[in-house]
Amino acid sequence: MAGTLHVELVSADRLLWSGEATSLLARTLDGDIGILPGHAPVMSVLADGVVEIDTDTKETWVAAVDSGFLSVAADRVSILAESAVMSHDIDLERAKNDLARVKAEGNDDEEALETVRRLEARIRAVEIAS
Amino acid sequence: MATSLREYRAKIKSTQSMKKITRAMELIAASRIVKAQQQAAAATPYARELTRAVSALATFGHVDHKLLTENPEPKRAAVLVISSDRGLAGSYSSAVLKESERLVEKLHAEGKEVDTYVTGRKAEAYFRFRQRPVVQAWNGFSDRPEYANAREIGDVLTAAFLVDPDDPETGDPERAVDELHVVFTRFKSMISQTPEVIRLLPLEVVEGTEAPEQGDVYPLYEFEPSASEVLDALLPKYVNHRLYFCLLQAAASELAARQQAMKNATDNAEDLIQKYTRIANQARQAGITQEISEIVGGANALADATAGSE
Repeated sequence: MAGTLHVELVSADRLLWSGEATSLLARTLDGDIGILPGHAPVMSVLADGVVEIDTDTKETWVAAVDSGFLSVAADRVSILAESAVMSHDIDLERAKNDLARVKAEGNDDEEALETVRRLEARIRAVEIAS
Repeated sequence: MATSLREYRAKIKSTQSMKKITRAMELIAASRIVKAQQQAAAATPYARELTRAVSALATFGHVDHKLLTENPEPKRAAVLVISSDRGLAGSYSSAVLKESERLVEKLHAEGKEVDTYVTGRKAEAYFRFRQRPVVQAWNGFSDRPEYANAREIGDVLTAAFLVDPDDPETGDPERAVDELHVVFTRFKSMISQTPEVIRLLPLEVVEGTEAPEQGDVYPLYEFEPSASEVLDALLPKYVNHRLYFCLLQAAASELAARQQAMKNATDNAEDLIQKYTRIANQARQAGITQEISEIVGGANALADATAGSE
């Protein structure tokens, strides 16, 4: 394989994760995108969802990202998110409870839908990681 | 004399307890500055990547965006004043407010209407006391802003900027602003903080503080879904981030100003304690001297009286 990707996962208030990776999977507005070393430069808007990073030491890091943005150039990948959480920082029980509560409230305005999407992304992140 | 001695002792005591309070506030402010600086440092990777992306986009995207377009005839400007929630920080709040007054005057002179937005209770109270309208006020986070605060403010201000005055449906000429200025305090060092005005909208994309490395040429990006949609998503984030930066700077400045003010207060309290102690000692000594001379005088009178009777 031709080298590795240098990945930086950054949220607005801190650097969440940075390191070398062999592949990366993220969800853009158009659908899932997989990045391997040597990928063409691309800038893309991410949907609220999950980012999976496979590192060169055969580890997998998963993060739930909302209002994110992905840029790839010369094997440098940066994922910017206004807020993002690594899977090991997510409180699964709480996310599930919150999701149940929001769904029970039954609002279908934009804000409620966004919250549901965000919580679902978190739960999915934990499920993928485990 | 004895009464005034007691008065001075009471004054010394109350000054001492005041000194304890100001000293504690000084130390708290000092430790919070470190935290605020760490917060600012933690936000730099995001700023760097975001600026890179926006610059690349501006270089290769060749797209216009409303947030970047200057209105040829700006009629209404929004001013966001970032001040503190609490006083006890020397001239911190008044310096910001003075700067914002100057800006408002300048904008009026240019023939623009001014909409005021404020953060921090101090500025809110200032405008309310003068019965000047404030479009929206946020408070409760001046010394430890979170990104969510910046996002909330940014969303409101960007929306106000994006209102289309010519659109008969949503166009509300009362709400559409053509410019957005932010008045905040830049943290230069622990002892120097200066109020500053930046024009946030329409955006002028500035390079990061570090100059791009040599040979750091932007590659030809592909945009997904499209360049304009990427720009749509990125620019509001850029605005929010700049606001977050301003809030962080203001918070660090506020804490530094408070630390300085409290240090001065502590020093003054020490001076007062010293002064009062001296006066109290003098009073005590004067009292003793008086008692001695009374005793001596009394004894002498007694001795004279006995000598006379013999």
